[in-house]
Amino acid sequence: MTARGLARTFRARRGRTVEEVTAVAGVDIDVAAGELVGFLGPNGAGKTTTLRMLTTLLAPTAGTATVAGHDLRTDPAGVRRRIGYVGQSGGAGPDCRVRDELELQARLYGLSAAEAAGRAADLLGSFDLGEAGSRVVQTLSGGQRRRLDIAMGLVHRPPLLFLDEPSTGLDPQSRANLWEHISRLHAEHGTTLFLTTHYLDEADALCDRILVIDRGRIVAAGTPDELKRRVSGDLVVVGADSPEVVARLATDLPGEQPAVDGSTVRFRTPDGAGVLPALLRGMDAAGVAALSVEVRRPSLDDVFLTLTGRTLRDAEADVPDPAAAPVGAAR
Amino acid sequence: MTTTWLIFRRSLRQSLRNPAWVLIGVFQPLIYLALFGPLLIPVVQNTPGFPPGDAWQVFVPALVVQQVVFGTLFVGFGLISEYRAGVIDRMRVTPASRSALLLGRSLKDVVVLVLQSVLLVLISLPFGLRAPLGGVLLALVLIAVAGLAMSAASYALALRLKSEEALGPVFNTFGLPLLLLSGVLLPMSVAPDWLYAISRANPFVHIVDAERALFRGDLGDPSVLIGAGVTAALVVLCLTWGIRTFHRESA
Ligand SMILES: Nc1ncnc2c1ncn2[C@@H]1O[C@H](COP(=O)(O)OP(=O)(O)O)[C@@H](O)[C@H]1O
Ligand SMILES: [Mg+2]
Repeated sequence: MTARGLARTFRARRGRTVEEVTAVAGVDIDVAAGELVGFLGPNGAGKTTTLRMLTTLLAPTAGTATVAGHDLRTDPAGVRRRIGYVGQSGGAGPDCRVRDELELQARLYGLSAAEAAGRAADLLGSFDLGEAGSRVVQTLSGGQRRRLDIAMGLVHRPPLLFLDEPSTGLDPQSRANLWEHISRLHAEHGTTLFLTTHYLDEADALCDRILVIDRGRIVAAGTPDELKRRVSGDLVVVGADSPEVVARLATDLPGEQPAVDGSTVRFRTPDGAGVLPALLRGMDAAGVAALSVEVRRPSLDDVFLTLTGRTLRDAEADVPDPAAAPVGAAR
Repeated sequence: MTTTWLIFRRSLRQSLRNPAWVLIGVFQPLIYLALFGPLLIPVVQNTPGFPPGDAWQVFVPALVVQQVVFGTLFVGFGLISEYRAGVIDRMRVTPASRSALLLGRSLKDVVVLVLQSVLLVLISLPFGLRAPLGGVLLALVLIAVAGLAMSAASYALALRLKSEEALGPVFNTFGLPLLLLSGVLLPMSVAPDWLYAISRANPFVHIVDAERALFRGDLGDPSVLIGAGVTAALVVLCLTWGIRTFHRESA
């Protein structure tokens, strides 16, 4: 999948005036076959809008894209056949039966009734929905519901699957369970996955590579480790009976100047684990005993803060009002 | 074709899971039949300008049309909740034909409407309705086509507005005048000239006129041809609009 300059503006009414809202301000995306790529950003960053463009649901205002080998603009039907999409709000009819929805989805992709029934049975099994098949969708738990949504996106065995906020609204246990399913799908079937999330831990735990989006622009890209390394380095926290000696030793190490707080010394350095032996030797030589030593890898929260000057939490707080009534699509 | 059938079947299953709604749809006209119909009997006999036929032949066909406006027109609400659940997007990312996504749903609405109308006609028999079978069958065909039009229009509007809060007022604003100006309760033939003139612009007035002629068995009446023409135009217009809306991005 390759996207160049993909952009989308909406016209939204705000009180009496109609204003243009730029949801996505031109993004370039490259995803190779077999990758598991995360699209990370706060609410309102433009993740859903980007996904809806890439899945032919929304016409881009500008830009081009090739998705699963087909051109988005000239061959949307070709794109549709080769991709699966699991929307933010799911997709199963609340008052429909689970198996009916799975089979219908398969038939919409052109499978025969017998094939559809087979696929539905397979998917119910592999997503632990065995007994839920004849239940009505709205009686499912949140986790089951989400697994059904993903199963529906896979009925035609697409080589590329889009997932919009797969674990939002789930309890921690269902989340962990869903991550397992996603990882397994990726590992066993080699499905290329492109998922959006506003959870740092999710991007960190699942993805090979992350694109960070903020206010409709991609502000960073890389593996979780690359992003973390590039931005702030590791946080080293040393507790010692003579912190000032530790601080003096740490001043000579690459990275930020150390800060002393009571008996603990903190400093950031590109490779925390790498500098520890030398530091500890120095402390030993000076006769200082270490009470505690901790190396903390930077979180994606740190990354986001460095990239945008805001923490993810702050960014969530200043999303423009999503209730602004859409008037129609600007072309 | 297959897709239309698949969507139709899904939609029908949803209705069958909540059969109460089909009955509730018949309940309102039933109330009119029981509590308003008897009032019409002396009015029909004593008012000059009333269309030919007895009170039931005037009133029942009108109630059937009323079901189209107050029943089928509201199917859009169901579509909005499906849209919110992501159902429409999920179907639109498949290669399925967009017109089939609309037609399957609308044809289910037509089936429900025809069932309700048959039920209404049957219930009207003990009240005193007498109508020729051929005429009633033709009347049902006309109702089915008008229902297809209303259902498509309702879905198109729902998919464009995407919120119950926006859809409700539109229906209320247009539904009531549309209904009053269609001569459902009292025929427009008793209206003053200016009101009569306005009502001619309402497609439903022609459909009601045609239905009444058919229930009388007066198949040669010019109003039948006019009603059929108006209904045909309406269905072409509404289906085109509906299919275009389903084709368009549902941004
Ligand atoms: N249909 C629409 N009409 C107007 N504005 C919209 C519409 N859809 C999204 N937006 C706006 O575009 C921005 C990005 O939205 P979205 O892509 O849903 O963000 P995310 O998925 O990252 O939370 C938001 O500011 C949102 O309010
Ligand atoms: Mg979103």
